[in-house]
Amino acid sequence: MVRFENVGLRYGMGPEVLRDISFGLAPGSFHFLTGPSGAGKSSLLRLIYLALRPSRGLINMFDRDVATLPRADTQDLRRRIGVVFQDFRLIEHLSALDNVALPLRVAGMSPSRIKSNVSELLSWVGLTDHLDSRPATLSGGQQQRVAIARAVISRPQLLLADEPTGNVDNEIAMRLIYLFGELNKMGTTVIIATHNEELVSRFNHPVIHLEDGEASMVRSPEKEGV
Amino acid sequence: MFRRPLDLPLDQDGSSKFLPWIIAMMVYLAALSLAVAMAIGAVAGRWDQGLSGTMTVQIVPDISTNEPDQKRQAKTTRALERALTLLRDTPGVISAEPLSVEDTHALLVPWLGEGSLVDDLDIPRLIDLRVDPETGPGLDTVKRRLKGVSGVLVDDHGLWLERLVKLAHSVEVIALAIVLCIAVAAVATVVFTTRSGMAVHHGTIEVLHLIGAQDVYIARQFQFHAMVRGLHGGLAGLGLAALTLVVLGTLAGGIDLPLFPALALTPWQWGGLAAMPVVSSAITMMTARITVLRSLAKML
Repeated sequence: MVRFENVGLRYGMGPEVLRDISFGLAPGSFHFLTGPSGAGKSSLLRLIYLALRPSRGLINMFDRDVATLPRADTQDLRRRIGVVFQDFRLIEHLSALDNVALPLRVAGMSPSRIKSNVSELLSWVGLTDHLDSRPATLSGGQQQRVAIARAVISRPQLLLADEPTGNVDNEIAMRLIYLFGELNKMGTTVIIATHNEELVSRFNHPVIHLEDGEASMVRSPEKEGV
Repeated sequence: MFRRPLDLPLDQDGSSKFLPWIIAMMVYLAALSLAVAMAIGAVAGRWDQGLSGTMTVQIVPDISTNEPDQKRQAKTTRALERALTLLRDTPGVISAEPLSVEDTHALLVPWLGEGSLVDDLDIPRLIDLRVDPETGPGLDTVKRRLKGVSGVLVDDHGLWLERLVKLAHSVEVIALAIVLCIAVAAVATVVFTTRSGMAVHHGTIEVLHLIGAQDVYIARQFQFHAMVRGLHGGLAGLGLAALTLVVLGTLAGGIDLPLFPALALTPWQWGGLAAMPVVSSAITMMTARITVLRSLAKML
């Protein structure tokens, strides 16, 4: 589903922030992306959700070479990817309901179907009482759930989450990972970027570890003793 | 409960709030310019139609001899009859009608006043000549035809009419050029407003983009917003322009200048002006669409 071969990334004329990144993600897999702050986790995620193009190397997404993708096809691929941004990136003037409805709306779904799907999902994440609330009136945790709901509403084949546990306590963090695990069981490929090594160690999922712009694949921190 | 708001809060932009007012002013100026162009065009057309195919033939009395008045008038009358005969026998002449002495005097009364002065003058006799504009004789042919008649002068009004029509057409072209300039300025304004809106909402546009919104989806939001603004501005500008034209028409109606027919618009021309809000909204919509699509094409 996702294949990186010797991918390098630099911003402008600066030094390479990612070097010779090579890995592959099979459909239905669950990976953690770990590394210290500044290691390049967000940059790597941005490459995967097509917000950046690599300076060198090959990126293959859904069996398509990203470098030769026509513009319209890029948007089609993006609709198959759900992203939970680190800062949520909710649209301030839209309600929770409308924020979550966005991916369906841009995909051209009918308003009646959008309404039923969105209401059901917001109920599932415990926001039934906040359907019409603007993001500014929601707590950090509630905003995060709206962001997650927006990322999964269109049932993406690939789900990316950038530091989803960064601003929550350990209990909520565990519940979030279990939530992503449930989505994974339904067939969604999941990548979670986090610098919380302790959280990662509690789960038996493969880990891509980034350090100084270079990646190494670790099967499981707990089992491999990393 | 579920509603369909715009994903981008374009109504809240400072720059877009002024757009209807700017469009209103532009439509106002464009409507006035267009009205002038249409009215002047119609007037020039009427001048052309009214005066083309007409000539005036003068039989000027010979005052160089000391002949008695009666003899001189008899000579002039003979020359007039001779000229009429020649003209009526010329192919392409529709009519050749002499103006009576009384009618000719009446033409001079506004300048010389009534009284014996007009009666004492040796006034040329006039022939109102109408020829077929396409097949009738030209000025040179008429002059050649009347070569043997003494005291003949032929005037086809061409000299002054040509200048007048040229002036009218120049005004018409200038007015249309002004309309074009206003349209270009309107396009530039919409481009600026749209780019400004895109800069303000860059974050939201990026989110829409990353969740898979096609460029046309984002462009549609800007173009709908611009279309509504353009329509509002266009209607306001047209209303103001219509009021101005009605007031000007009323004021001009009180002035009696035979040479300058009333600058009135036909129902079709009013219809053309009424379409301006639609045109302005179409221009703003298409400009916004193209601007957004071109800007988005530069994004990944």
